[in-house]
Amino acid sequence: MSEPVAQKTIGVTVNGTTYEREVEARRLLVHFIRDDLDLTGTHVGCDTGNCGACSVIVDGTLLKSCMMLAIQADGALIETVEGLGADGDLHRLQETFGEHHALQCGYCTPGMLMSAKALLDENPEPTEREIRRAIQGNICRCTGYVNIVEAIAAAAEAGT
Amino acid sequence: MLLASVEYARPRSVDEALSLLAANPNGRALAGGQTLVNVLKARIAAAELLVDLNDISELREIRETDEGLEVGPMVTYTQLARAEEVHRGRPILGEVAAQIADVQVRNRGTVGGNVCSSDPTNHLPPVLVALGATMKVAGASGTRTVPAEEFFLGVYMTAVGSGELLTGISIPRREGGDGFASVTIGVDGTCIVNAAASANGGVRVALGCVSATPVLVEVASADEESVRAAVGAAELDPPSDIHAPAEYRRQLARVVATRAARQASEAA
Repeated sequence: MSEPVAQKTIGVTVNGTTYEREVEARRLLVHFIRDDLDLTGTHVGCDTGNCGACSVIVDGTLLKSCMMLAIQADGALIETVEGLGADGDLHRLQETFGEHHALQCGYCTPGMLMSAKALLDENPEPTEREIRRAIQGNICRCTGYVNIVEAIAAAAEAGT
Repeated sequence: MLLASVEYARPRSVDEALSLLAANPNGRALAGGQTLVNVLKARIAAAELLVDLNDISELREIRETDEGLEVGPMVTYTQLARAEEVHRGRPILGEVAAQIADVQVRNRGTVGGNVCSSDPTNHLPPVLVALGATMKVAGASGTRTVPAEEFFLGVYMTAVGSGELLTGISIPRREGGDGFASVTIGVDGTCIVNAAASANGGVRVALGCVSATPVLVEVASADEESVRAAVGAAELDPPSDIHAPAEYRRQLARVVATRAARQASEAA
């Protein structure tokens, strides 16, 4: 029988590192990632599930981490933007985002990159329409999206 | 925004979920969370206990039966859009699921959440009414079945009462063709008006966003004149809001009903 709990010690693996932390049941996954694990690459934009800045990949599924509770992620494998690459060893999406000027302020970029990664993981040769649909849940207020779409297409073309 | 303090349980069976809900009248079933978590953040709803249904694997299944399709309430929109059983049996369900919100929401949002939240702008309530679906509602005293057209009781209100759980949706086998049309705020955005239709000789058209619950209009023939006349005779009294005044919604209702009925009769 599953007993109701108000807090629980959960274990998650984020970008290959396993963490154990006690969380309150009400804690959002995005706050857990940012404030408990200090992985501040994942952003909070709207906090209402509209903007996609908090997008991460949980057990292979792209989702908005402001609409999931941390306690629900117990045992999960999580990918955040920090797992994509590092200085001097960038992911090809990070390279092409830079080359195509796919960001200005950069606030949406971590979520945009995770949505792009989820797309290419599943569909390595997307059409422009498929790219646009894949980033439908991510709002960018700077670029007008054209350069983002071009950057994702260029990353797809570059292959793995 | 932060949620108020809440307890959390993760049952592994329907029986366990029902006893958790029965033990706490302020308990709420948590499905995909794409509505409920936001509502809890905004403190519009309060819950003392969240009963997370994500570990109950039997609620995630899509099965083909002699009668049609059995869709579990924890089936996500992504799952519905991709399932072979749905493509074979009732493809309109997959087509509609693929146009709800965005990838992230489709990956988490569930069929059961869509119907149990009974938001008048949701996609699936009119679809299930048009298709003549039947809902299974389980509670302490057993399971009862409720036709989709009696399931939606009001804004955010359904036949699922306190301590009960939607455990399955039965979609009858396709005899004719189905259709869906909507006018949305942006591509795949919130519906301003939507309509689902199922044609088999006559046509059943269910209109969404024009009332608290889907409005079913049954028309003897799927031709445009008949559908327009039937929607007109329904004397719709839709709401006005920032997106559309009532008169515009009334006009759109005739348009989307015609489009959905045409798609349904062409597919029949």
